Amino acid sequence: MGRGPRGGLRPHRSRLVRTEFETMTAAAQKANPDGLQPCWSCKGPVASTAMFCATCGAVQPPGQGDRFTRLGLARGFDVDRGDLDRRYFALQRDLHPDRFATRAAREREISLQQSTSLNEAYETVKSPLRRAEYLLSLNGVTVNAETGNRPADPDVLMEAMESREALAEAETEAEIAALAEQARDNQRHCLDALTVAFRADDLDAAARLATRLKYLATFTEEARGRARARRAP
Amino acid sequence: MMVIDIHEPGQTPRQHAAVSAVGIDLGTTNSVVAISQDGKPQVIRDSDGEALLPSVVAYGADGSVTVGAAAHRRLLEDPRDVVSSVKRLMGRGLDDIKTLSGVLPFEVSVPADGESGGMVRLHVGGRHVSPVEISAEILRAAAARAEVALGRPVPQAVITVPAYFDDAARTATRDSAKLAGLDVLRLVNEPTAAALAYGLDKGAEGLYAIYDLGGGTFDISILRMERGVFQVLATGGDAALGGDDFDHAIAEHFLAERGLESTRMEPATVKTVLALARRAKEELSSRDSSSFRLEFDGEATFHPLDHDTFNALIEPFIARTDAICRQVIEDAEIAMEDIEGVVLVGGSTRVPLVRERVAALFGAEPLADIDPDSVVALGAALQAEALTQGSDTLLLDVTPLSLGIETMGGLAEKVIYRNTPIPVAKAQDFTTYQDGQTGMIIHVVQGERETVDECRSLARFELTGIPPMTAGAARVRVTFAVDADGVLAVTAAEQTTGAQGHVAVKPSYGLAEGEIENMLRASMEHARDDVTRRLLVEARVEADRVLMATRAALTADGDLLDTAGRAVIVDAMARLESHLAGDNRERVNSGVEELDKICQPFAQARMDRAFGAALKGVAVDALLETETE
Repeated sequence: MGRGPRGGLRPHRSRLVRTEFETMTAAAQKANPDGLQPCWSCKGPVASTAMFCATCGAVQPPGQGDRFTRLGLARGFDVDRGDLDRRYFALQRDLHPDRFATRAAREREISLQQSTSLNEAYETVKSPLRRAEYLLSLNGVTVNAETGNRPADPDVLMEAMESREALAEAETEAEIAALAEQARDNQRHCLDALTVAFRADDLDAAARLATRLKYLATFTEEARGRARARRAP
Repeated sequence: MMVIDIHEPGQTPRQHAAVSAVGIDLGTTNSVVAISQDGKPQVIRDSDGEALLPSVVAYGADGSVTVGAAAHRRLLEDPRDVVSSVKRLMGRGLDDIKTLSGVLPFEVSVPADGESGGMVRLHVGGRHVSPVEISAEILRAAAARAEVALGRPVPQAVITVPAYFDDAARTATRDSAKLAGLDVLRLVNEPTAAALAYGLDKGAEGLYAIYDLGGGTFDISILRMERGVFQVLATGGDAALGGDDFDHAIAEHFLAERGLESTRMEPATVKTVLALARRAKEELSSRDSSSFRLEFDGEATFHPLDHDTFNALIEPFIARTDAICRQVIEDAEIAMEDIEGVVLVGGSTRVPLVRERVAALFGAEPLADIDPDSVVALGAALQAEALTQGSDTLLLDVTPLSLGIETMGGLAEKVIYRNTPIPVAKAQDFTTYQDGQTGMIIHVVQGERETVDECRSLARFELTGIPPMTAGAARVRVTFAVDADGVLAVTAAEQTTGAQGHVAVKPSYGLAEGEIENMLRASMEHARDDVTRRLLVEARVEADRVLMATRAALTADGDLLDTAGRAVIVDAMARLESHLAGDNRERVNSGVEELDKICQPFAQARMDRAFGAALKGVAVDALLETETE
């Protein structure tokens, strides 16, 4: 097998390409929109969205559909956290590998896939920022600052630069805390606006707000780091 | 939805003799075995009624192996034949434990055969044994205790590990069980197991903190417990902080009073002083003051110790747990007031100052009504029953440390962040850096810092057989999958051809003792330095890439440029190269932008030629126009 150039002393030859990973590829969704497929266990028909085979009860590999569907939720930005948690817990109760600890390897493996897929869906839907980004990506809009297909909003960039400057200049813990509190306040407002935008199906506004929310979240994290660094002995 | 029948064929629910799996708390100082029937866990005691199995193994010159109290008794007589606290060596390389070997009375080495994945071996009792083998002896003794109690072998087990155990240590634990002939149903994090015991026994509901200070490790986990769901929100800790540190501080204090330092002493003497220090710790935990007699080298000295001095000696260690607790509360995105109760786990939480400080920090009297020494084993037994007999409870745990991959410039790119619910799988795409590159080294690291050097190296593997393509054309998808035991597997595949590389992450080599906690702690203190450094490294990498690409373009299509056109580009390259020599990120970035912009007409010309519109030479005017636009 041919080997590539060694490139000097440095063995690291990978360059990062930031891409979002989808457990279920779009291709797979197209290949089998809503039909039946053979159960891997009993070979009888099973709905492609079913978690268990109605005939033999065997756990099925993660079905197709988006991360909202996986949790039994309608696709949308409005999510009730209590309802989300209940659904997530109920599904994990049935699908978690702990339920299959003494089962066959194949079932353990599928349960692992199901549980992993559920965690992915839960983590996405739980976080307003990830939920917004995901909803946008489902609509073909990516808001990542570097690879996004919408131009960055100059106002957002300006705000981010200014608040970063203010954080760099903040001397006392109280000043840092005040900046963090303001950022949290802004996040709340941004979230409200995001809810309105998604309800109105205004993707441009949603993309702009999601970008802003991301900056605010990053900023809050940075402020937290600053505060911690000051507290450290 | 289908209800799954979890009972094994031929078994009916609630069959009393149905215990087929035990729970084992494999501790640094002591191990505990428990079983559960009908949701009622109990610790298994030995014939002397002793619940604790000292995690001590003695290797006799005659080839015999002794575990537990009998081995412990030989600790002071034959220190070179007896191993204690082996848990601290699990998944460790030679570099990891160099700092420890001063207090270890055996030689350590890494075998030359390369089969042990770089894990250390101990030269003890005339033979070389690995920590995995030593732990396996303890697990065998634990399983034997269960077999005696139940009258038949129990081949399956749930084994607990510190929540803060890294991947190498978890894998080593699983290997030990394999070696001991046990089928590990699940590795469960110690604080999570304790929460399970509390939640089920005491009906605790709401947000709870589990404060677990053992002999050698500290864990803090925040859990949400309701209606049989045990959801870990965040976990943190220190893999090298525990009651052993209290003992050392007291020992140093005694020696200082005698005018000595521990660093220049015989290992056997150190053990004598440590044993006295341990006794002092235990006595001072129930009385206000006492005096201790230290005798070695034919001289006896007396050391009075009062409560205040004792507290002052151990305070720095408790302060460290305080800071970690605050961090984990932040990670869980909750407030201290939200905590319903704090559960104490681990023998070191018997020390009054620990209890006082925990109570003060959380503003609540800590719970210790289940014996802190056995609560973890009881939880493990409950989980063992749940896994084999079926249960309605659900444990949802998280990964304690971020997992990442080395990218250009020695940076650690996080793929899975700490406190992500497990099981989890994440993939990231990478591409080739050079034209015709057919191989790629994938270096997997664990930790919170921004550079690889400061994270723990878990494994390296090489993906080969990437078809030669232009730089950036290949798509290598690296997938990290962490299973329900918290153990990582990494796979990589080139997307366009399906060339596969795979590695089961095995302990490779690693960090100095305590470096994991240092990694996290340092990442808080140096978060800003890290970010700055990271951004600079990223900028340099990007600049190198742009330069390389431009050079390649010039070589391939330089004929499209006239002399002046080429000179403008070459000048911009030189400017960028001079910025690269400094460490001003802004200059590097602006140099990249400038070069990009200057090359635009050239790039356009190359595209045009590719589309068939032959152009001869790009006018200098065109270049300058673009530049001033």
